[in-house]
Amino acid sequence: MATAATVAPRVRPEGRALRFLRRLKTGDEIARLVALTAASTVVLITLLFVYQLWTQSALTRHKFGWSFLFTQGWDTLNDKYGALAYVFGTATTSILALLIAVPLGVGAAIFLAELAPPRLSDALTFLIELLAAIPSVIIGLIGLFVLAPVLESSVVPLIKHVFGFLPIFQGTFYGFSIFTAGIVLAVMIVPFIISVSREVLLAVPRDLREAALAVGATKWESTWQVVVPFARSGIFGSIFLALARALGETMAVTMVIGNSDFISKSIFAPGYSIAAKLANGFGEATTGSPILSALVELGLVLFALTIVINGAARLLILMTTAKGTK
Amino acid sequence: MNPLSPAPSLDPSELRPAHERVTGTSKSDAVSAAPKLKSVNLNFFYDKYQALHDISINIHTSKVTAFIGPSGCGKSTFLRTLNRMNETIRKTRVDGEVLLDNANILHMEVSHLRRRVGMVFQKSNPFPKSIFDNVAYGPRINGTKRKAALQESVEKSLRRAALWEEVKDKLHKSAYDLSGGQQQRLCIARALAVEPEVLLLDEPCSALDPIATAKIEDLLFEIKNYCTVVIVTHNMQQAARVADYTGFFLLGKLIEFDDTRIIFKNPAKKETEDYITGRFG
Amino acid sequence: MTGALSMRRKATNAVMLFSSGVCTVIAVSVLFFILGYLFVKGGFSLNLDFFTKLPAPTGETGGGMANAILGSAKVLMLATCIGVPIGFLAGVYLSEYAGAAFASIVRFTTDLLNGVPSIVVGIVVYALVVLKTGLGPLAGGIALGIMMIPIALRSTEEFLRAVPNSLREGSMALGAKKWRTIVTVVIPAAIRGILSGMMLNLARVAGETAPLLLTAGLSMYYNHSWSEPVATLPVMIYTDATSPQEDLHQQAWAAGFVLLSLVLLVNIIARTIISRGAHKLR
Repeated sequence: MATAATVAPRVRPEGRALRFLRRLKTGDEIARLVALTAASTVVLITLLFVYQLWTQSALTRHKFGWSFLFTQGWDTLNDKYGALAYVFGTATTSILALLIAVPLGVGAAIFLAELAPPRLSDALTFLIELLAAIPSVIIGLIGLFVLAPVLESSVVPLIKHVFGFLPIFQGTFYGFSIFTAGIVLAVMIVPFIISVSREVLLAVPRDLREAALAVGATKWESTWQVVVPFARSGIFGSIFLALARALGETMAVTMVIGNSDFISKSIFAPGYSIAAKLANGFGEATTGSPILSALVELGLVLFALTIVINGAARLLILMTTAKGTK
Repeated sequence: MNPLSPAPSLDPSELRPAHERVTGTSKSDAVSAAPKLKSVNLNFFYDKYQALHDISINIHTSKVTAFIGPSGCGKSTFLRTLNRMNETIRKTRVDGEVLLDNANILHMEVSHLRRRVGMVFQKSNPFPKSIFDNVAYGPRINGTKRKAALQESVEKSLRRAALWEEVKDKLHKSAYDLSGGQQQRLCIARALAVEPEVLLLDEPCSALDPIATAKIEDLLFEIKNYCTVVIVTHNMQQAARVADYTGFFLLGKLIEFDDTRIIFKNPAKKETEDYITGRFG
Repeated sequence: MTGALSMRRKATNAVMLFSSGVCTVIAVSVLFFILGYLFVKGGFSLNLDFFTKLPAPTGETGGGMANAILGSAKVLMLATCIGVPIGFLAGVYLSEYAGAAFASIVRFTTDLLNGVPSIVVGIVVYALVVLKTGLGPLAGGIALGIMMIPIALRSTEEFLRAVPNSLREGSMALGAKKWRTIVTVVIPAAIRGILSGMMLNLARVAGETAPLLLTAGLSMYYNHSWSEPVATLPVMIYTDATSPQEDLHQQAWAAGFVLLSLVLLVNIIARTIISRGAHKLR
């Protein structure tokens, strides 16, 4: 296996440029540059997005300032725009959705993490994650043709009968309302709460549960008073994640919310969410028009909201997983 | 922790007191032509930490050279500088020279170097491919495309690794179907397939049972006929069994390097003697 | 501890645990209810016409959604051509080449991009593309493609990182260059996960309606242009469902069934590949 002995060449220290060109020839550098270009493109696209959202909304941002967020009414004729109705609608539908989805989701997560045998738990989680994969427009179909009529015929009359004295339950119900939208959103976010909470609960160390049981706690007491508090930040994280998802949901909401530009006290009245308004309002927008600017500003508001909520979610989930591995 | 029982040829009572010892050298230096691999004042740094201090050593052609020493003494680090594998780790720096047939390896194209100096790792790492494709990997990237040539190469390498008979009927099965010892021999075959001039083995048997270990040790006697072998081992008896030359490393320094018999019977340095006799692990 | 207290605690235990089971049953039932309802309402009225005919003119019954199916296919094809290469290559960079600092920056912006609500993606692409070239498959494909990038990137990076370093070392020690090691050893080792990740990604954007409303528009016909409004399945569902005509509602159900079946099928296949792969890898 001998090769001819090579004499070590006299080598001058190479310049960086020369070394770069030499590496380029070997093909390794080309591969790296191609991949680097792709990675940089991602960063550039994101920056472009943020830039566009900022500049295209400049008109109305300068015109209305912060009052954009606090004014009601969307007057395309007189170019007076206010986001309050949509922020309100987004907020109320999301809160309603959380009120339904959180107990349901955390409850199911507890069952799947603490009670169900592993294989059953995996199978059921698989199914629930499929629920998350259902496109929004399909949920909207069900909401529109199944949920709204059922609510109108049976559920709402019942609620009004019992709680009708409360202002939030007053007014005529035509099926399309904040209430309907809230329920539909709940269906869409519950899988996220279940999935993440279940993982967070499963990550709680065994010894904690066993310690509780060893001092005579019941299974429920061990779960509710020891395991869940330990996983608390992660569960909150899942709730925030679900909330971020709810904020951006467009189709199912716009199909059942009633699309009204005005705020009402009752949840049975129609309303509007930011996302739904964005979906419907684009017909009249043209380049440079105030309408376009107002819509983009709405989009900016929504984007800012989701960033904040997503960031909080990530932090919370990080906090729990860090705890678990200590 | 090294097992305290010394190598069969060792008898601590035979060791003479220091002043009477024959200063062991020179039989090795006198040997033959230029060394196959040679390091000259080699220093190595992991970022700021200096792992190797001033290592100068000659690795002789067609011989088995072993590096021994306690954990963390730098023997694996040194082995990896011989084929520049340390460059895959960030923030490492080499100072000094390593010469392959008198050519500085740091100025060679690194993939050329690694075809001439092959490596087998501590834990076997076959690719998630078939047995055939694992061994053929090296020749393929070297440009061999013809099926017949590849098949010839694969069979030759598997025979050299004493694995052919066991796998010849299942060349297209996954490499992961093999046992631990077989996978390691597969990795040896894979390394041999590019026909390297030097084969570096980094504690190749540490994860294997005694029978698998014995099979691999037997291989090394054959392999040295067409390849220079450098092996790092934490097992002194293994070094005593297979190696022609042995180097003892301690705390990043090469304490002593000589004919294996001298190292084990008549070490010149006290540290070597202490290690051999098991005074520290 | 008195007997009465024990009884109360036992009762609480039973009730709460039972309720948690009920919650799970409710969640799973919703899934089956939706599936069942769509099957009954949409599946039964499905016929060959649906896949071959154009929508019937206003007022007439019958017709199909051939144009929407083709339109969706066109838009998704473009989206894949944009989203997959960029996301995949960027994922390769993060896993195999990047230093810690640059990697964090890229990951942060990727998460940011991922968090953009789909309607907002629609807005930006509207402002950037539609106002210049008009509504059509081009704008729609760009919007969906951008939405595919973050998931493609993250899943590629995740699966590549999972490949043990010992395989890379083994390849480099044989004299393979880095790019070759990546292409012939690392990527093949991770290919299962990467492919299923791409499938899930595609299934997700296939159901997206909101951005398409603003970028692809809607049409009752089909043409080969890239910058004229095109019908897509999700948008047709929305339009037909919200229209006053009863028989269009029926079309919406049928289309919904087709879309849901495809999306769920791809999801199930992709997830099965991942879970089987996990058992196989050592």
